[in-house]
Amino acid sequence: MKNKEPIIRLLNLSKTFRGADNEVKALEDITLDIYAGEIFGIIGMSGAGKSTLVRCINFLEKPTKGTVIFDGQDLSTLTRSELYKVRQSMGMIFQQFNLLMQRTALGNICFPLEIAGWKKTEAEARAKELLELVGMADKADAYPAQLSGGQQQRVAIARALATNPKVLLCDEATSALDPSTTRGVLTLLKDINKRLGITIVVITHEMSVIEEICQRVTIIDNGRIAETGNVEEIFTKPKSVAARRLVFPEDKKIEQLMGSRCCRIVFDGNSSFEPIIATMVLEFRHTVNILFADTKNIDGQAFGQIVIQLPEAKSVADRMIGYLRSKGLTVEEVDGYV
Amino acid sequence: MFSPVVIKMIVRGLGETLYMTLLSTALAYVLGLPLGVILVITEKDGLCPNIYLNKILNVVINLTRSVPFLILLVAVLPLTRAIVGTTIGSSATVVPLVIAAAPFIARLVESSLKEVDIGVIEAAQSMGANPKEIIYKVLLPEALPSLIVGAAIAVTTILSYSAMAGFVGGGGLGTIAINYGYHRYQKDIMFITVALLVIVVQVLQEIGMKLAAVFDKRK
Repeated sequence: MKNKEPIIRLLNLSKTFRGADNEVKALEDITLDIYAGEIFGIIGMSGAGKSTLVRCINFLEKPTKGTVIFDGQDLSTLTRSELYKVRQSMGMIFQQFNLLMQRTALGNICFPLEIAGWKKTEAEARAKELLELVGMADKADAYPAQLSGGQQQRVAIARALATNPKVLLCDEATSALDPSTTRGVLTLLKDINKRLGITIVVITHEMSVIEEICQRVTIIDNGRIAETGNVEEIFTKPKSVAARRLVFPEDKKIEQLMGSRCCRIVFDGNSSFEPIIATMVLEFRHTVNILFADTKNIDGQAFGQIVIQLPEAKSVADRMIGYLRSKGLTVEEVDGYV
Repeated sequence: MFSPVVIKMIVRGLGETLYMTLLSTALAYVLGLPLGVILVITEKDGLCPNIYLNKILNVVINLTRSVPFLILLVAVLPLTRAIVGTTIGSSATVVPLVIAAAPFIARLVESSLKEVDIGVIEAAQSMGANPKEIIYKVLLPEALPSLIVGAAIAVTTILSYSAMAGFVGGGGLGTIAINYGYHRYQKDIMFITVALLVIVVQVLQEIGMKLAAVFDKRK
């Protein structure tokens, strides 16, 4: 990958939004090379500036400072009509799909071709070809409102690919989709990258998306690049705080998830001595914190008590109490663990 | 119930009302639709931002809209005479109707176009569409159902304005209602003209709603 020419070069890019009486620095001093043919990830928490960054790549947002070089051209030196032309070689897909609601799937894919000046019959033939590519050939005449989220995103991908772009920008493209649909869309993106050799830039806040399809990744934190590198490297040896926060989110999670409610479970010989807390945790997929435990196994019967701290979510906590009671245990809520 | 003369007069009045209303609506759209588009695209975050033009247009539209129709009707009489050659009759009424309706339509169009999802516009921009292509291929087609609903509102409003013009000899059902019902106390004639106006409004409104539903592909 390294010996290839970068197709997108960002040099000292900054973007500041000016409000009525305040300034928001969305991006600061971003320098980044994205190579032709790779799948490149940009990850960060929401508000980190990644959506602004991707919009700077196709100049939907004009950077306040710095340079964007796409395929050897400095975008800031282009005239408006040259910029419109360049955008035709950069496809983009969005979190909310952004299809034209008044056009069919086929009509949506024809749209960029119309803009690029294709003849109607040729555009339709090309659109059909693309519907085939994204596995939506039977939905050519369906309107977006009749399609599921995953199907809409497939149409949007087909539309973004219509003019044979060199780069596909994906702005949180799977964030509005459920996990299995997400997998389908990611597989499609990977497949397109392999078959067409198109460079894909993936913006996401989900580590799993990066893990699934990206080769290299940059981590954006507070408008700055925290770390850039191969996905494996960053996953195994995150150096920056922001990277560590993304890779090992568990550090914080447990604290956040534990609630303030505690309950005392009394084993008075009515239940058999089985790993009841562990079973419950496995069943509910929520952890509890054991604050105090003193139980004995007497002839296969459990005696004693355990105090646990319940999860934050009220519904889960309530269901856990119900579960324990159904096992013949006496459960009472307590303030602390004494 | 009515003499053939009266019936003939009412039928003619209905024809004049429809003529005034539909012609005025069409002409008012010729002015109002581009005005509405310009209002939307010249906004601060619009396709072709131009704050000064936007402010001027807003002021002009608000000024025109705040003049009561009956007063506008009288105020533009010289203009009406210059264009049509007379100040009475249905053709003469078309002039003030268009002047009153165009800014109203501009507002209706503005609000319809603002309903178009900003993300869809952004998507079109990302594909290299220029502002003109976005107006013709995205804004207007995507707002079509809402524009049709707006047109139904516009046409019924213009109809009621046209009836108001009856006070100054504007022609149509409004003039009949005022001449016979108001000046000559012939309540039956007034009643029948009002009933006809109600029916015309209902029919136009219904046609608008049906058309909007046919063209709405969002559900």
